[in-house]
Amino acid sequence: MTFTAIKTPTPREISTEPRRSDRVFRAIVTFGGISSLVILGLIALFLGYRGFEVLRQEGIGFITHSDWSISTDDAGNVLESHFGLAAMLVGTILCSLIAVVIALPVSVFCALFLNFYAPNWLKKILVTIIDMMAAFPSILFGIWGFLVLMPSVEYWAKLLHRYFGFIPIFDMQVPVYTRSPFVAGVVLSIMIIPIITSVSREIFSQAPLDRIQAAYALGATRWAMIKAVVIPHGRSGVIGGAMLGLGRAMGETVAVFTVLNIVFQINWQMLLGAGGNVASLIILKFGDASPYEIKALMAAGLVLFLLTLIVNGLANLIVKTTGKSGR
Amino acid sequence: MSTGSSVIPTKPWKASNKQRAIDALVLLVALLASFTVVAVTPMKGKLAYFAVFFIAYALLTSIFKAQQRGSAAAKDALVNSLVAIGAIVTVIPVASILATVLKNGLPGISFGLFTHDMALATPTDPLNNGGLLHAITGTLLLVTVALILSVPIGILTALYLTEIKGKFTGPIRFLVQAMSGVPSIVAGLFILSAVLYPITKSYSGLMGSLSLTILMIPTIARTAEEVLNLIPNDLREAGTALGGTQWRTVAMIVLPAAKSGLVTAIILGVARIAGETAPILLLTGGGDRVNPNAFSGPMGSLPYYIWKSFNAGSPEAITRAWAGLLVLVGLVLILFTSARFLGSRKAAK
Repeated sequence: MTFTAIKTPTPREISTEPRRSDRVFRAIVTFGGISSLVILGLIALFLGYRGFEVLRQEGIGFITHSDWSISTDDAGNVLESHFGLAAMLVGTILCSLIAVVIALPVSVFCALFLNFYAPNWLKKILVTIIDMMAAFPSILFGIWGFLVLMPSVEYWAKLLHRYFGFIPIFDMQVPVYTRSPFVAGVVLSIMIIPIITSVSREIFSQAPLDRIQAAYALGATRWAMIKAVVIPHGRSGVIGGAMLGLGRAMGETVAVFTVLNIVFQINWQMLLGAGGNVASLIILKFGDASPYEIKALMAAGLVLFLLTLIVNGLANLIVKTTGKSGR
Repeated sequence: MSTGSSVIPTKPWKASNKQRAIDALVLLVALLASFTVVAVTPMKGKLAYFAVFFIAYALLTSIFKAQQRGSAAAKDALVNSLVAIGAIVTVIPVASILATVLKNGLPGISFGLFTHDMALATPTDPLNNGGLLHAITGTLLLVTVALILSVPIGILTALYLTEIKGKFTGPIRFLVQAMSGVPSIVAGLFILSAVLYPITKSYSGLMGSLSLTILMIPTIARTAEEVLNLIPNDLREAGTALGGTQWRTVAMIVLPAAKSGLVTAIILGVARIAGETAPILLLTGGGDRVNPNAFSGPMGSLPYYIWKSFNAGSPEAITRAWAGLLVLVGLVLILFTSARFLGSRKAAK
C-alpha cells in the first residue's frame, strides 16, 4: 500500500486588501455618492456658461439695476437690452421674509404644543397632517391661495393699512391691495410652516429629559420649564429651521406666480400690489423670450441658485451643530 | 386586611369640579364676548370672531390663574393658549385646502374624464368634452422615467454615506442636503441649458423627467440614509464573520433588511415630484393628446393640465383645474398614506 501524497489545499492568503468584487462595488457606490456633487457643480457651470454673455455685459448692474427690457429689429438682432434683477431680488427677499416672520411663531408654538402639551393620540394625528401638508404640490397652494385665501388676506391688509399705516412698511400711496407681496408672503408662510415645525419639533424633542424633570421637580410651571430648558437648548436649531424655510420660500415658483403682481420697480411697501420674484420672473418671461433674453433668464437662475444654496447651506450647518451639542 | 375597608387613592392633581366649572365658564364668557364685540363694533368676519375669542379666553384664563396662583401661573396659562393657537392655525389651511378641493373638484369628476384626452377639446369647452387621460398617462410616464434614473443614484448615495463612509462622507451629506433646497425652476433651467438646447432641441417627456430626477435624488438619498442607519451593525458584522465580502453583505443582508424602508423612501420621493410644476412648464411642451413615447413629442401632465386650465379662466376651465387638482391630490395622498403604512409596519416589527 502506497501512500500517495495528499494534496493539501493551499490556504487562502490572508490580507486586508479588499477583493476585486469589493473594489468594483466600492467604486460604483462612490461614483453614485459623488453624483450629487457633480450635479450641483454642473448646474452652476451650465447656468453660468449660458448666462455669461449677459452677466459680462451688465456687470454688477445685473443685481443693482431694476429695468428689464430688450428691443430687437425685425431680423431678431438685439438692438438694446437692459437686464437688472434688483427689483426681483428685493421682492424675493421681502416675500420670503414676510413668510418667515408669519410662519416662525406659529411653527414654534405648534412644535411646543406637539412636544409638551398634546396627548399622544393628538400628536400622532397632527404630525401626520403636517407631514402631509409638506407633500402638497405647490400649484395646489397657488390656486387655493388665489381663489380662496386672497380675498381674506386683502381684507387683513386693509386692516393693517388702516390701523398701522404710520409704520413705513405698512404705508402706501395708491390703495391697490390685490396680488401684493403680503399675499404672496402669507401663501408662502403656509407652505413653510410644515418645514419649520418639523425641524423645531426634532430639536425640541432632543432637549435633555433630566433637566426637564429637574425643572418640574423644582416646581416650575410648564412655561417656566420651556423657558429655562427647551428654548436655550433649541434656539439656534429653530433659527436653522427658519432659514431652511427661508430658502424654500425664496425658490418657490408657481405658488408665488399665481398670487403676485410682478412690477419692475423696487418696492418695499409690502401691502402694495406690486412685487417681484426671481423665480416667477423666469416663468413670466420664458414663454416669449428671445434667445438673448433666455440667456438673461439663465443668469437670473444662477443668482437664485447661489442665493438658495448659501441660505440652505448656512441653515444646515446651524441645525447640524445644534443637533450635536444637544446630545 | 382585617378591617375590610379599602382606601380609595386620591388624585390631588386631578381637576376638581369647581375648577372644571370655572374652565367651562371662562370658555363660555370668551365666546359670548366674541359674539357681542362683533355685533356691537364695526369689526366683522371670521377673523374678528377668532381674534376676539382668543384674546378674551387668554386674558380670562390668565386673570383667574393670577388670582389663584400668582403671576407665574398666569404666564403659563397665556402660553397654553398661544401654543394651542399655533396648532390650530397650522391645521386650518390643510382643512380649508382639502375642503375646497373636494367641493370644487367633485363636480368636474366624471367617468369620461379618465377615458378621453384634450386633443379635440379646449379647456373652455363644456365639461363633457375631453378629459385628462393624457395628463394622467403623462404624469405616470414622467414619474416612471424619473424613478428609473433617480432610484439607483439616490440609493447608491445613501449606501456611500452609511456603508463606505469614505473621506467624502461629510461633504456629500452636506451637498445632498443643499441639493434638496435647489429650487425646482433652477432644475428646469439647468436641463434646458445643459440638455435641451445643445442636444435634443425639442420638448419631450424625458427632459421633464431629467429635471424631476434632480429634485427626487436628495429626498430618496436622505430618507434611505436614515433607514440604512437603523439597520443594526450586528447584521453587517455577522455577514462579514460568515466570510462575506462587503458587496455580498450589503446586497444580501443589509438591503433586504431595509427593503420596506427603502420603498418608503422611493414613495416619498414620488410624492415630492408628482405635483412639481415649474420645470414641467419649461421642459415638456404640454401636449394635449396621449403620448406614450417619453422620448419625443410634447408630453402632457397633471400639473401642466391644471396650469393651462387655470389660466384659461372661464368657469368650465376653472372647474377642470379643480378636478385635475383633486386627482393630483388624491394621487399624492395615496402615495403618502402607503409610505406611512409601510413605514409604520417596519417600526412595529
